[in-house]
Amino acid sequence: MTEPTARAPVREISLHLLDLLENARNAGAQRVSVEVVEDGAAGLLELLVDDDGRGLPAGRSETVFDPFYTTRTTRRVGLGLPLLRAAAERAGGRAEVTSAPGRTTVKASFGLEHVDRAPMGDIVGTLVAFMLMEGAPRLTYRYAASGDEFEFDSALAEEAAGGELTATDVSGWVRDYLAAGMGALRRSIS
Amino acid sequence: MPKIGSIEELRALKERAQKDMKVRLGSGTRITVGLGTCGIAAGARETMRAVVDELARREMDATVNTVGCIGMCFNEPLVDIEQAGSPRITYGNVTADRVPRIIEEHLVGGKVIEEWVVGRLDTGGN
Repeated sequence: MTEPTARAPVREISLHLLDLLENARNAGAQRVSVEVVEDGAAGLLELLVDDDGRGLPAGRSETVFDPFYTTRTTRRVGLGLPLLRAAAERAGGRAEVTSAPGRTTVKASFGLEHVDRAPMGDIVGTLVAFMLMEGAPRLTYRYAASGDEFEFDSALAEEAAGGELTATDVSGWVRDYLAAGMGALRRSIS
Repeated sequence: MPKIGSIEELRALKERAQKDMKVRLGSGTRITVGLGTCGIAAGARETMRAVVDELARREMDATVNTVGCIGMCFNEPLVDIEQAGSPRITYGNVTADRVPRIIEEHLVGGKVIEEWVVGRLDTGGN
């Protein structure tokens, strides 16, 4: 028996971020940095993901946005980036990838006040899910809004944990720390 | 400004929040959640969260990690449970609300929930 569920199929920006982080891990990145900047003056919400993975083959920075380009032999890309671009453009923004071996940057922007901008969603959930991934790269996260900012570095959290982060760590103190730090800044982009 | 002030600050947070693990599942217990684009779209992040929360609530610890798309997108969210000496079981359509039952019956009770199984791999350990 299947019951209708109340799960809303709302696409969150933080889900796109999780997708990008998974790409970075699959590309063998050792570190990945994420920046979320709420630029009130420009009316933009910007998302920047930068990793040191193997990067895309030359000339593929644009074709990764074509959902039908992907071959089944590489799982590096698929629907993830086309969906990100669609979400950005729907909100009056754009999405681009620049890539070279050892340095891949995905940049997406969204109209901050655009009626079709997806909500940021559960960014803490995204970050903790990522930190639990096997072989997750070192994550640095920076969130800036209205002149304030919050920064997080998974290496410091691991040092405090005395080793790799476990399910118990992230479900408890790491998540609390992130939620408290970001809660102070999360005004308009929830 | 809320930046990480120091390692000490994080350690203190950890001390305050951490409980001693009263139950450690048999070594080699591993829970894997599919977090490819398909899994994410189907709610796998929330499934992952439910797994982590349910383990913490029961004061159990297990290795929890994630994997990308394995080609069974139609059954996402997928959750794999591997335990030493048992076949590897893959559950399909594991929305967050199904997680407590899997942990209760499979991990604690040792009983596979057959109607949710979509794959089984005999690892030769039985």
